[in-house]
Amino acid sequence: MRIDGGDNLRAEALSCVRGDKLLFRDLNFTLEPGQAGLVTGPNGVGKSSLLRLIAGLLEPFSGTIHVPTSVAICDDRMALDENLPLQDALRFWASLDDRLEGDCADAMGAADMGHLAEVPIRYFSTGQRQRARLARTFLTAADLWLLDEPANGLDTASVELLGQSLQAHLKRGGMILAASHIALPISFNLQLELTALEEMETPQ
Amino acid sequence: MIGALKMMIWRDVRQSYASGGTWLPVIFYLSAATLFPFAVGPDRDLLLQTGGGILWIAALLATLLPLDRLVQPDLDSGFHDQLLVRGIADELIAFARLISHWLAFGPPLLFAALLASGLMGLEGPPLITLLASLAIATPALAGLAVMIAALTAGLKGAGALGGLLLVPLAIPLLIFGAGSLADQSGSALLFLSAVSLLLVAITPFAAGAALKAMRE
Repeated sequence: MRIDGGDNLRAEALSCVRGDKLLFRDLNFTLEPGQAGLVTGPNGVGKSSLLRLIAGLLEPFSGTIHVPTSVAICDDRMALDENLPLQDALRFWASLDDRLEGDCADAMGAADMGHLAEVPIRYFSTGQRQRARLARTFLTAADLWLLDEPANGLDTASVELLGQSLQAHLKRGGMILAASHIALPISFNLQLELTALEEMETPQ
Repeated sequence: MIGALKMMIWRDVRQSYASGGTWLPVIFYLSAATLFPFAVGPDRDLLLQTGGGILWIAALLATLLPLDRLVQPDLDSGFHDQLLVRGIADELIAFARLISHWLAFGPPLLFAALLASGLMGLEGPPLITLLASLAIATPALAGLAVMIAALTAGLKGAGALGGLLLVPLAIPLLIFGAGSLADQSGSALLFLSAVSLLLVAITPFAAGAALKAMRE
């Protein structure tokens, strides 16, 4: 069950099943405002599923997850119209979230995309696309940021810049749960290591 | 909620007209209407008798053309997920899609029907009946397109399957729509309105349920 509207992120005996496979079970953790969590584990172990489950895009198999009122998720998909210039594509989400024009500029600046505001998204390189996704996430006023491999495709300077934005979000009392294979330049209060479960533990 | 609905509709409509996809059904419709007199010959009475029915069938077939860009692109790009995370329900997304698709599909199709009826020699009251029946049916055709696009999203050969699904579902529309051309009493148009209303009313829920089921 997923209950939103709380102050913190709290999982109680959380289990997730995808298809016939039990990905994780009896997961317990708490993330308070201003705290960051890192999800680690090998490919296919259920890191992305955990983030999607917290975002409400998947149903837990069992257990309860308490989430704050507003959540933002950043995965490997753009969710921005390819033919529009970056600022116009971002403006859709900005107005949906009741954000102001200045917030758009700030978010693009925080992702070092200000100089590309008028370039259509289809021309972006891999790293620029990732920074556009991050700008879209920075733009939300969400309490909890769920970041799936946020540093993929970023150069060293961009990873540093990402670290600054994450730090600022934590300072505001925000929460971050990230799954990343690349070291992020912030200190994590919580480490969740997901491990592959034995085949015999598959539910019937 | 209303603000979000307006924004989703505006984005979809702008995208449809900007991509040029809106004019594809119109061109298809006009080509079908152009080919028909070549196929059956220039006999005026025959064209008058059968023209309305042909224009109706062409409208059904034109419905199939935009199926692949109604739902799938937003699922692939993660747009749909981002809307869900903001607490916008699948049903509301489908409802916005229905309205925006009708806005991009209905008026251009009616315009094309007006042009095409000239090729069939339709004029006067039969022309008005034809346009009225198409105007009543286009929301339902848009609804069917959205439902089928949601049901077949992510499947291989979604296009062919979409064609198979549309044919039985569109039969009531075709019976009352094409039937209204020969019907003097006006009751066929009333039945057409009822069918159209029903299809429009179930679209957000049927398409929404299909989108939900896909996430499981």
